[in-house]
Amino acid sequence: MFNSLSDRLQDTFDKLRGKGRLTEEDINLAMREIRMALLEADVNYRVVKSFVARCKEKCLDSEVLDSLSPAQNVVRIVLDELTALLGSTESKLTLAQNRTPNVIMLVGLQGSGKTTAAAKLAYLLKGQGHSPLLAACDTHRPAAADQLATLGGEIGVSVFRGDGRDAVEVARGAIQEAVDHLNDIVIVDTAGRLQIDEEMMQEAVAIKQAVRPDQILMVVDAMTGQDIVNVVTEFANRVDFDGVIMSKLDGDARGGGALSVREVTGKPIKFVSMGEKPDSLEVFHPDRMAKRILGMGDVVGIIEQAQKVADEQQLEDAERMLREGFTMDDLLTQMQQIRKMGGLQKIMGMIPGMERAMSQMPAAGMDDSQLTRIESIIHSMTREERARPKIINGQRRKRIADGSGHSVQEVNQLIKQWSEMNKMMGKVRGMTQQMGGKGGRKSRRAMQQMMRNMGGMGGGRLPF
Amino acid sequence: MPKMGILDSLKSGLKRSREAINEIFYMGGEVDEDFWEDLEDTLVMGDMGAEVAMRVTDDLREQAARENLTRADQLRDALASRLAAEFPTAERDPFTDVPSCVLFVGINGAGKTTTVGKLAGRAREAGLSCVIGGADTFRAAAIEQLEVWGQRAGVDVITRERGADPASVCYDVVEEAERRGTELVLIDTAGRLHTSSDLMRELAKVVSVTRKRSKLPVSVVLVIDATTGQNGLNQAREFNEALELDGLIVTKLDGTAKGGIALAISSQLGLPIYRIGVGETLDDLQTFDAREFCRALVGEGM
Repeated sequence: MFNSLSDRLQDTFDKLRGKGRLTEEDINLAMREIRMALLEADVNYRVVKSFVARCKEKCLDSEVLDSLSPAQNVVRIVLDELTALLGSTESKLTLAQNRTPNVIMLVGLQGSGKTTAAAKLAYLLKGQGHSPLLAACDTHRPAAADQLATLGGEIGVSVFRGDGRDAVEVARGAIQEAVDHLNDIVIVDTAGRLQIDEEMMQEAVAIKQAVRPDQILMVVDAMTGQDIVNVVTEFANRVDFDGVIMSKLDGDARGGGALSVREVTGKPIKFVSMGEKPDSLEVFHPDRMAKRILGMGDVVGIIEQAQKVADEQQLEDAERMLREGFTMDDLLTQMQQIRKMGGLQKIMGMIPGMERAMSQMPAAGMDDSQLTRIESIIHSMTREERARPKIINGQRRKRIADGSGHSVQEVNQLIKQWSEMNKMMGKVRGMTQQMGGKGGRKSRRAMQQMMRNMGGMGGGRLPF
Repeated sequence: MPKMGILDSLKSGLKRSREAINEIFYMGGEVDEDFWEDLEDTLVMGDMGAEVAMRVTDDLREQAARENLTRADQLRDALASRLAAEFPTAERDPFTDVPSCVLFVGINGAGKTTTVGKLAGRAREAGLSCVIGGADTFRAAAIEQLEVWGQRAGVDVITRERGADPASVCYDVVEEAERRGTELVLIDTAGRLHTSSDLMRELAKVVSVTRKRSKLPVSVVLVIDATTGQNGLNQAREFNEALELDGLIVTKLDGTAKGGIALAISSQLGLPIYRIGVGETLDDLQTFDAREFCRALVGEGM
């Protein structure tokens, strides 16, 4: 994995420590790192060039040069610039008020995820009280209409397939069908096409002319490389689209293409698609995308994800822990919660600096198998031992080790981790008592935050 | 349209990339500092990755100094050999050296199902007996899509209902193929992101069941989209770690994408490229020839 940009800049600036202020040459060095980070994130080469030039100009401001923490400043400038660029225009889905049905058309390359995105969009709109109709206008790929029909069936949205031969006819038929069945939105799924395939591009234009869509969205794979510029330019010239859905962002692609799309076509990213389930279409957040492109992690994303998972019961537990201390059962719950959030790897990937911290750890490092190990050890403890781990003596350790199929050392390690966490818990307790609150909302939040930071990882270093 | 030779269609598939590189070679005489910078840029633009691009450029620069290469055509030749040397060669072609059983893996939308369909068609044309295994029991209508390809190619598709255990589908496929004495078995699996550990584990099981059960030699092939950027390397690494890949197939080289990521993956992981897809028809799925690929990429004698 690549190190995050801030870590790399830190390294660069570490070498310059003690120099007092940065010269233009130092800035050039930093810009080189930024250039590499952007290229590794698949931002188009030309876009990188102009972007870095702009950032350099800003960095040369005297205010920045005099600052105490140069790395921090450079990163901030780049991040701000990137965020501004990614999100300077409205990125909501705009629907016409005075037209029924509204028509949304999806276009893109083969395999970019149009059919899946169509179903997700339908699901999203349905949740907002609309009554969407899916039009299966991909008449080229075998069984594409079947796929849409199956997905539509799963989310309870009807799918219009027409004769399945002429895409333009299917699209027209879908509008009529929507009028007849009082659907207020038609989502037109089209065949994937290469931007240089003249015939197919003409078909897309023909569909567009036939149904006059209110919104045309282009679906772009987050993993696309340098070629994205050619693709979106050609689509913008021929079909013209209003916005972009970035798909497959649930992987670890940095999605630098988003920046290229914005810079080259000026079209906003409207949605990001994060998984295979129908509810995984999310509104685009420029700030998070900017951080992701720079490899700085999505801290806000983690917090939101954690909030989704944390329910009232767990909040109560947190308060109890504050009062009575941290038990092995609590540790187990934490582990399971980490699982629910998509496993350690995913979470670690989202935390800034974590990649760097990880790379310094021994090879045995952190992976989800460690969660499994801890779980199995805790499962081998008696109820009493879990509630009061202090009573676990040598004999008990031996029994737990045998029962869980691990060595005594591993059990020892877990108990040590627990006692460290308990110490930290003591500190939190002290803090909240000082604040005078008895488990107020703020302290709960602090708790959750703290526990997330623990989970046995330790040593996580923040970027600055 | 007249039927083109392999080199021709490869060339037309790679036309754009060649044009780009030609631009920098079209300078006639002397090679200066700008030339090297432009060269590096062009390689980066081809998705080769900044690191590989720099390494290749530096090597070529050294070679130019050593062998006193100053003319653009000399450098072009040297670059082609330099790039070709990055590709490992395949010891065995799993699609012609039968009997053989091939599992296709990759992320969503890479073109696995289409590739399986095309390869089945090619196998039938070549007179091989072939069956397709549909182990993508996850994606909606994946089985239907495969069945259409099977009908077109005249090849039986062995599969189960959606949601069935893919490993047991593979077991069935291999058993049936062995009963029939089939020469070539092509198994399509569900697309998955390399970051989803559950799905990767499932796939590892599919692969190990097939490897254990099959008496035919089993190859695991990663299908990768030529438009993929630097993330392709992460993908390939993860798949390779989980499954011990045997080789690659690069699809969608007929667009403007330059497929440089194929070079990065192939050279860094030591995986041969078995086929490349340069168009929509059956014949456009071609055997990969590193030398030819690189010469076409660099712009041979143009």
